[in-house]
Amino acid sequence: MYPENFRYTKEHEWVLVEGDSATIGITQHAQEELGDIVYVDLPKAGAQIEQGKSLGSVESVKAVSDVYSPLSGEVTEVNATLAEKPESLNQDPHGAAWLVKVKLSNPGEIQSLMTASDYSAYVGAEK
Amino acid sequence: MIKKVRPHLSQNEALLFERSSPGKRAYQLPELDVPEVDARAALGAENVRSEIAGFPEVSEVEAIRHFTRLSTWNYAIDHGMYPLGSCTMKYNPRINELVARIDGLAWAHPYQPEALSQGCMDVMAKVEAALAEITGMDAVTLQPAAGAHGELTGILLIRALLEKRGNPRQKILIPDSAHGTNPATAAIAGYAVENIKSSETGALDVGALEQLVNEDVAALMVTNPNTLGVFEHNIIQAAEILHRKGALLYMDGANMNALVGIARPGDFGVDVMHLNLHKTFSTPHGGGGPGAGPVAVKKQLEPFLPIPRIRRAARKYIYDYNRKQSIGRVRAYYGNFGVLVRALAYILAHGGPGLRNATVDAVLNAVYIRKKLEPFYDLPYPAPNLHEVVFSDKRQTARGVHTGDLAKRLIDYGFHPYTVSFPLIVHGALMIEPTETEGKLEIDQFVEAMISIAGEVETDPQLVKNAPHGTRTSRVDEVTAARKPILRWKPE
Amino acid sequence: MRYLPKSDSERREMLDTCGVTSADELFAHLPDAVRLNRPLALDPGISEYEIVDYFKKRAAQNANGYASFLGAGVYQHYRPVLVDTVVSRGEFLTSYTPYQAEISQGTLTTIFEFQTMLCQLTGMDVANASMYDGSTAVPEAAMMAVRATGKGRVMVARSVHPEYREVLRTYARHQGMPIHEFGYLEDRGTIDLEDLAHHIDPLTAAVIVQSPNFFGVIDQVKAAAEIAHKHGALLIMVFTEAVSLGILEPPADADIVAGELQSFAISPCYGGPFAGVIATKEKFMRQLPGRLVGQTTDSRGNRAFCLTLSTREQHIRREKATSNICTNQALIALMATVFMTVYGKRGLRELAQQNLSKAHYLATRSQPRFSGPFFNEFVTRKEGQSPAELNKALLKTKIIGGLPLAKHYPELSDCMLLCATEMSTRESIDLLATALAATKPVEVHA
Repeated sequence: MYPENFRYTKEHEWVLVEGDSATIGITQHAQEELGDIVYVDLPKAGAQIEQGKSLGSVESVKAVSDVYSPLSGEVTEVNATLAEKPESLNQDPHGAAWLVKVKLSNPGEIQSLMTASDYSAYVGAEK
Repeated sequence: MIKKVRPHLSQNEALLFERSSPGKRAYQLPELDVPEVDARAALGAENVRSEIAGFPEVSEVEAIRHFTRLSTWNYAIDHGMYPLGSCTMKYNPRINELVARIDGLAWAHPYQPEALSQGCMDVMAKVEAALAEITGMDAVTLQPAAGAHGELTGILLIRALLEKRGNPRQKILIPDSAHGTNPATAAIAGYAVENIKSSETGALDVGALEQLVNEDVAALMVTNPNTLGVFEHNIIQAAEILHRKGALLYMDGANMNALVGIARPGDFGVDVMHLNLHKTFSTPHGGGGPGAGPVAVKKQLEPFLPIPRIRRAARKYIYDYNRKQSIGRVRAYYGNFGVLVRALAYILAHGGPGLRNATVDAVLNAVYIRKKLEPFYDLPYPAPNLHEVVFSDKRQTARGVHTGDLAKRLIDYGFHPYTVSFPLIVHGALMIEPTETEGKLEIDQFVEAMISIAGEVETDPQLVKNAPHGTRTSRVDEVTAARKPILRWKPE
Repeated sequence: MRYLPKSDSERREMLDTCGVTSADELFAHLPDAVRLNRPLALDPGISEYEIVDYFKKRAAQNANGYASFLGAGVYQHYRPVLVDTVVSRGEFLTSYTPYQAEISQGTLTTIFEFQTMLCQLTGMDVANASMYDGSTAVPEAAMMAVRATGKGRVMVARSVHPEYREVLRTYARHQGMPIHEFGYLEDRGTIDLEDLAHHIDPLTAAVIVQSPNFFGVIDQVKAAAEIAHKHGALLIMVFTEAVSLGILEPPADADIVAGELQSFAISPCYGGPFAGVIATKEKFMRQLPGRLVGQTTDSRGNRAFCLTLSTREQHIRREKATSNICTNQALIALMATVFMTVYGKRGLRELAQQNLSKAHYLATRSQPRFSGPFFNEFVTRKEGQSPAELNKALLKTKIIGGLPLAKHYPELSDCMLLCATEMSTRESIDLLATALAATKPVEVHA
């Protein structure tokens, strides 16, 4: 369920690191908790994001959840399909519905994140 | 068996724009008794619009049918009970509507000379005095337009006092059980919000409060009784903790319907509070407003109240603008005067003893409902409740049915739902407040409906999950409405 | 008491179910220290007849039977009889906020129509379901502009209603939102564009202009918008006289429109309750405060309406909400909706035309202080008689004269603001004009 090559946060974000860039999204667990997603609020390309700080939010009809960045860096690309089809976040949160791509400023931060098995246990425990 | 309602044909009706046709009219203006002026010449051609594109044109008959048909699609207090917790949906006395429309009151212009406004000023002075007596506070402002507006006013008053003392401070403490307007208001007033967790009995945790209150805290915003309908038995202690550290106690008066004539916030340590006239004082909700949110304060906050203040001088009422410490205006003119008239009519109709009786009946109704429903719905906090009671959907979620579903099924029984999913400290909350204007018959029908639904959850959960079944409109797709907002009609 | 529908025997039965013998026991758990141990010091309840009599006596102590030329943000317009017929229906009067869409389609549909008509009138893409009033809509619009631009400073014209500006200051004080006022031209009564251009800066989030302005003059919205946009600020246009929208070109250059709808069949009622509105372009939709009704379908595929974009609001966003507002002025907005329906496309135009004619007829027989074009209000002065003295004399002929401007505009302390609407009779206008007759043409200082 949770890809081995991703790393995870306690706030239910995932990140896939490739060299000094990364792709960030929210997990299956997160989208289940939120229910039908209606809107995604993302930063623009060029924005600076910081580990642990909010980079945007995800909304369902009755709730809003901040998305906290797993790593620090500069946003290089924003997933344009989410504006038109926010529901894709419910359908494919680990794949097509990634949120942003980032050029990392401090790749070492990845050490503080959870592995897939740690995250699975964490989510299992939360239930 | 559903006793309160039976299905019945209701008229279809399109939107005004879909019924519109050029040349149809519902108005007739008198002949102009002065020369007609050429708009383009008087205003400049570039300032004159060609037409109001898309604006409807219908006849009087169509207009009346349109709104009448639409009205029949609404539920209303005039139909039956609204068990909405913290909304206090009591009967809206019709005499209030009549007196609010008396010409000398309804046509009064706020800028007409004071000498010709003495009647209006007398009404306002009487309302201020009555509300001060009811709340046990020293002074009242009638300016705020609604509860949230009153909250903002109250917090600004606190800030002004603390500024005068040398330090406005940074934070406002808000219980996790609070209504959403509380933190939103604090933010607008420039304060950071710090949440204070309720104790495991759902009450204000004075131990936690003691830890949190310091010289950075401006105030605690509390609702009493709290959003569980339970009186905060530690309230005096809480006030002392705050006052010792120079902080103030703000009370959200949304639940005053449990206290009028029984206990007065001014007597238990509250420094400033707002009232909701559209809750406790019977002014009509009208589909979402208007309301009025007067703010009552203790003496120390009085100098900061919005201007103008009404004063009595040489046997007349006058407006006093000469108040250097005032926070200024929170709205133009003096307040929602039309709502104040209605509230005063309500107060006059009840009188002192009557207001107390209303409170007693409100609490009796709520406790009765609690006793009747306790065997069927989980009661997360067992403390004695006052005018409202909060259950959770815990037993029903075992069958995959949630509070929202139960609420929709209640509609099929002919009632408006209770308050769903609030307060947040109860998972899957059902918050029920009958008010005093419900009789035993209506309440018993409500209780029977809730018990029946609890039974349906066991035998036919899908029936509940897909409710409502009997309404004109079935469950509405709120997801698409949020994903692809369509906020106005457009021609094809 | 006639509003309490329980008989004594029913009360006893219910007390029994509650396990108590008297109602007082229901409060026994309250700490002694909080209990009120005396009756409320309020007179006993009175009968329906006595209540009516009480308020009639209060009404008699107000102005009755006067012809009034007051405007200044609150206008005397005829209220079509259909308005009260509709809003008096219990299904509208006594219904709750339409959170449960399935049983609130009446309210939701009328709000959707309201939102549509406000878009049509203002030329904006989206309008909310109403704010408390025009005066609070202004700071809400300013806060919107701050959110949308990420900047903090606001500029407001002095020709915006003085009490609206006071409210803006009260709200702004604690938000780190500096307010800078810019002036108007002494001769024309329109905004001083040079003053605006001189003081605007890259930190400005919004420029607020009213049209027709407080002096009744049609203001330079387009020109102000150009200056605002050049500096990355939004243009907020304010209106207090909604009838003017029946004849005036909608402000296409504005980014946000904030206004007061009292003119649309809302009784002056000594200042409230009224209904404000904020309308805006599509791109700012998610920054709108207040309730919004959207179109959708139900599970059977029928068109239906519901409250939407609720995540902006306080009950979900809490401290990050676009506003703390909860109430909208639904019943008041419904009055406006019925008014707009009764008058319709042509009627609103004709009504505006009549207002224009009445005010201009009065103006030809007095002397407007400003040369700018005006709708149904204008500023005037009388040589040799102060506004206060003139008004005192007029009261004797049962006329309430215009608003003296000294309080808010010391530089115009010899002037008053006059308003004539379709309800002003020629007869009363002639009387007023005669009283003003001593006015000579005055030199306007550049």
